[in-house]
Amino acid sequence: MLTPEERQEIEAEFLRYPNKRAICIEAMKIIQRHRGWVSDESLRDLGEVLEMTTDELDGVATFYNLVFRKPVGRHIVLICDSVSCWIMGYEKLCHRLISRLGVNLGGTTADGRFTVLPIVCLGTCDHAPAMMVNNDLHRDVDPDKIAEILERYK
Amino acid sequence: MEKPLTRNIPSNGDGPLPLKAYEKAGGYESVRSALRMTPAAITDLVTKSKLRGRGGAGFSTGMKWSFVPMGKDAPHPKYLIANADEMEPGTFKDRLLLEGDPHQLIEGMIVAAYAIQADIAYVFLRAEYTLAAQRLSKAIAEAYASHYLGKNILGSGYSFEIYLHISAGRYMCGEETGLLNALEGKRANPRSKPPFPPVSGLWGKPTIIQNVETLCNVPHIVNHGPEWFTSLSLTADGGTKLYGASGKVKRPGLWELPLGTTIREILEEHAGGMRDGVKLRGLLPGGASTDFLTEQHLDVRMDFREVQKAGSRLGTGTMIVLDDHTCPVGMVWNLEHFFSQESCGWCTPCWSGLNWAERILRALEEGRGQAGDLEKLEFQTRFNAPGHTFCALAPGAVEPLQSALKYFHADFEQHIREHRCPWR
Repeated sequence: MLTPEERQEIEAEFLRYPNKRAICIEAMKIIQRHRGWVSDESLRDLGEVLEMTTDELDGVATFYNLVFRKPVGRHIVLICDSVSCWIMGYEKLCHRLISRLGVNLGGTTADGRFTVLPIVCLGTCDHAPAMMVNNDLHRDVDPDKIAEILERYK
Repeated sequence: MEKPLTRNIPSNGDGPLPLKAYEKAGGYESVRSALRMTPAAITDLVTKSKLRGRGGAGFSTGMKWSFVPMGKDAPHPKYLIANADEMEPGTFKDRLLLEGDPHQLIEGMIVAAYAIQADIAYVFLRAEYTLAAQRLSKAIAEAYASHYLGKNILGSGYSFEIYLHISAGRYMCGEETGLLNALEGKRANPRSKPPFPPVSGLWGKPTIIQNVETLCNVPHIVNHGPEWFTSLSLTADGGTKLYGASGKVKRPGLWELPLGTTIREILEEHAGGMRDGVKLRGLLPGGASTDFLTEQHLDVRMDFREVQKAGSRLGTGTMIVLDDHTCPVGMVWNLEHFFSQESCGWCTPCWSGLNWAERILRALEEGRGQAGDLEKLEFQTRFNAPGHTFCALAPGAVEPLQSALKYFHADFEQHIREHRCPWR
């Protein structure tokens, strides 16, 4: 079941688009904001509100990089693997990050604290290498400072 | 040197001008002027200004607007979309405009919307631009409160709404018909053209899609006229350009300069040249989907025609620099990995071909290259040439590949011969 808050936020989107289907991506992001990810069950519940089938919704969900169809950790680390960051030391940074956390890209730490995902160019190439933790952008990241950055996210 | 696009952007990283300060600096003047003009007169000004799209394709902005059906029989609602889905690797220019001066974008959108008599606009923003989302939301609310947006704008009888749409992330959303599908709540596959969006776009209605930087130029054209705008440029097209450089240069960054500034000036004067100990080997002049240029092209002017004559494209105008301590094969592998992953899977040459190219490049980097690999890569560049695919993703994807095979052929051969990457 969608919670009353989720429903309210989803229905508020109807004002900005001419039909229900158009808000499905926004609606999945709303669910994800509340629950961390988008489960099969929540897709089914959403389908009822938007008059779409679960398959239709899943087709959309799986297309977009930032809709999570699996549970994720409390904090999402997005490490930029695009070209400018690659030139400026992405491989070393990534190696440090995943060995520090003990997971591979796409994985979640055993304590459920972090999920690490590769992300396409973050658009801050003059400050490469870059990564984001939740909504915070970290630029000119020194691999030696990784532990310090992660410490800020409990 | 005039810098209309960045004049209000604080260089110390402070937040953008709030509405009152923006107005005091002449902000929203162009909306007042535009509302006293006919829509056709504005489109005419923009055409005469020789403004070309800043998102990569470089189409004439005024000409695009002239395709929109006008008059009382025109279909409504008509839509305007600001493409703020900046995801081209190596490109970081719209972020500056969005974070640094959101009112300038809104002002440009109102004037552009009035010129095509649009009713509704969406700003299509990538999700990772969280600061831009926050600042833009605030600026949109301020513009509504001061009657620059909404019903009966400044008592003119013209009404126009702007909504912020935050994407869920996919490079294909930057392609204009993919973007339309994303806004309609679908997978961002491209649509076949014709019909073109100015005639049949979002929900089948006339739609103009412009890059952020393009729209930000519009208020200045209305305020100062097309002659002034063309005089800003050193070449045949109008205006300034946000140029950028990333990679191992001394001062990576962004600079607003006259359109047609040479690569040498951008690289040597503004970016400070290469870092100590490394040499220039090549550069992608306008993002990941442009052909490599090399040292012999340093005096090429960064405008639409000159870069094309040199065998590449201006693209987004933000260059990615390859140095001699970085493997060109590895760099191209990184690029093709991106394009292969971001391919929407709609047409075969793209999803299959780019994946194949990516695997060969990976094999070369891991010392598993074989005789015949380079011919297979060359085949892919032809297989994905313009006209063979549904949209511009794959043709763009093979641009750096085909030019790397030309300029760095010996490096590719060395990978095969020595069964290793010499840089690893």
